[in-house]
Amino acid sequence: MTPLLEVRNLVKIFPSRDGNHPMRAVDGVSLALRKGSTLGIVGESGSGKSTLARLVLRLIDPTSGSIHFDGEDLLALDGRRLRGRRRDMQIVFQDPYASLDPRMTIESIIAEPLVIHRIGDRSERRRRVVDLLQLVGLDPSAASRYPHEFSGGQRQRIGVARALALEPKLLVLDEPVSALDVSIQSQVLNLLLDLKARLGLSYIFISHDLSVVEHLSDEIAVMYLGRIIERGPADTLLRYPRHPYTQALVSAILDADPAAKRERILLREDQTGSGNIPAGCRFHPRCNFAMDVCRKVMPTPTSLPDGSEVECFLYGPEAMPSRPAPTSGSREFLLLGKNT
Amino acid sequence: MSVEPLLSVERLSVGFNTETGPVRITEEVSFDVPRASAVGLVGESGCGKSVTAQTIMRLLPAPPSRIDGGRIVFEGNDLLLLSESQMQGIRGDRIGMIFQEPMTSLNPTMRVEEQILESLRLHRRMSARAARPLAADILRKVGIASPEHRLRQYPHELSGGLRQRVMIAIALVCGPRLLIADEPTTALDVTIQAQILELLKSLQRTMELSILLISHDLGVIAEICRTIVVMYAGTIVERGSATEVLANPLHPYTAGLIAASPRRARKGDRLSTIPGSVPAPGTEPIGCRFARRCPRALPTCHTSIPRLVELRAGHDAACWNPLP
Repeated sequence: MTPLLEVRNLVKIFPSRDGNHPMRAVDGVSLALRKGSTLGIVGESGSGKSTLARLVLRLIDPTSGSIHFDGEDLLALDGRRLRGRRRDMQIVFQDPYASLDPRMTIESIIAEPLVIHRIGDRSERRRRVVDLLQLVGLDPSAASRYPHEFSGGQRQRIGVARALALEPKLLVLDEPVSALDVSIQSQVLNLLLDLKARLGLSYIFISHDLSVVEHLSDEIAVMYLGRIIERGPADTLLRYPRHPYTQALVSAILDADPAAKRERILLREDQTGSGNIPAGCRFHPRCNFAMDVCRKVMPTPTSLPDGSEVECFLYGPEAMPSRPAPTSGSREFLLLGKNT
Repeated sequence: MSVEPLLSVERLSVGFNTETGPVRITEEVSFDVPRASAVGLVGESGCGKSVTAQTIMRLLPAPPSRIDGGRIVFEGNDLLLLSESQMQGIRGDRIGMIFQEPMTSLNPTMRVEEQILESLRLHRRMSARAARPLAADILRKVGIASPEHRLRQYPHELSGGLRQRVMIAIALVCGPRLLIADEPTTALDVTIQAQILELLKSLQRTMELSILLISHDLGVIAEICRTIVVMYAGTIVERGSATEVLANPLHPYTAGLIAASPRRARKGDRLSTIPGSVPAPGTEPIGCRFARRCPRALPTCHTSIPRLVELRAGHDAACWNPLP
């Protein structure tokens, strides 16, 4: 089966103001999304995850690489045909306060995509808005009100309703719950789970919060400075993180459960704050395991038997035999940083 | 042995004058911060946790804010009775404070060194020459490598994690007894958050510091604090030792907060939720403010206000129908 979305070797370079320091925001990313599944993309600020989301929807154009959606080359489409394709792919943004126009009623916000794509007449659109409001758990009376009358969680539901108006196949969720309180966050996550099951949607779920990503995703990709440095089935990735960066991320998940206390891996800080991409492995300046090769050569993805893939010399064919790869099944790997 | 707590907030009620009349933000909030111990104030947006913290520091402009009652006793003095100049002597000297967004609290036009020295000049009347070694010292204490280099830099030249370390250094340079940390890691990446929490934990031990940590994240609080105070819609709903509150919460709101975390759920299962949302200030229901969202609400909950009482040893809750 062809994947719903297939991205190959995608690169996005933003020019810098002085022209001398181009920013490689996305630096050779490949991924595939199966129909009906959720791909989680996790990374910290500057990892390129939001740029990747915009590239995938062609909201911005890549410097190089290819994007196929439902078998069609997205980059080959002209403006009109691209607009037609966009019906199938929608995005929900992080900030429910900034992404809804305060001067528009909820009805016109949700119906706007229908108007743009010239779908239905006025009364049909009105009926569709009511359906969508009910679908996301809001009262139909919301239609005549304005965004400021709603709480953050309700606004995010409105954002989801707008994204679903055109019955897309793919929903890109860019930090959809990060601005919400814990008790509201779980309501919205449940809604997303329900909608996916009911409508057979596929999701790309982007977040800095690994525990939220894990909950929704079938597969997770970890980004660091523009590259996917590890990917794998969600539960495998959380239980057996391979890349030293993923291991640190997993260890940094805070759990209020005192019984779940675990050893934390502390990474070196990028004390420069410059955002420059180092030579060799881009993670090596912060890595507790960095070897000579890591400073000079960029690692390529190594496939592992359980379906994971990792870009790290600890696992590649070049891996030094004297250094055991931290793949232990228990949480012991978390302590490796201290022993070596 | 009973030892005076370092800070004692007693029945503190804070309100705001708004266009539509006065609105109460916190209602009779009481808790202690013991010496050399960390207390966490947790709650969702609008619960009054930051207002409480800023009232302790007397940082809220009055008007529109007003103290409607209560005391804030720190080292034996009621801070609410002090003049502004007396308060200036305490702020940054006996009590340090750090905020969520280091970039907005640091002065972008001043080098790190000047910002640290400012505090020493003001509170210790030290000359720049005498103070300079102390500035380098405190940067080293907060884990900054090559402090001499950092002292000459401006905030924009530092990464987010370093800025927060500098903020902590400024807050601690005069050796305060109490550090108030308002969402200190919320704006940081998770791997940096882990470092800053580790730093706060070790400073608390080595400097025998008391910390009042304000956060929306129980996970952050659990990292550092011995005591947890849970706020909801301007009131304290639960208070007790961190291990007790997290393992055996009494109040349904606390239990709901703990259960709502995706960390607790089986993958792909529906998450436990708290229905509805927090009432806006001025629209709280009579009776228990959580009753409308509460799965355990009884008829009394909608009519009478539950008091915060000790239900287990050292573990208080304001609830008519606490969890068993």
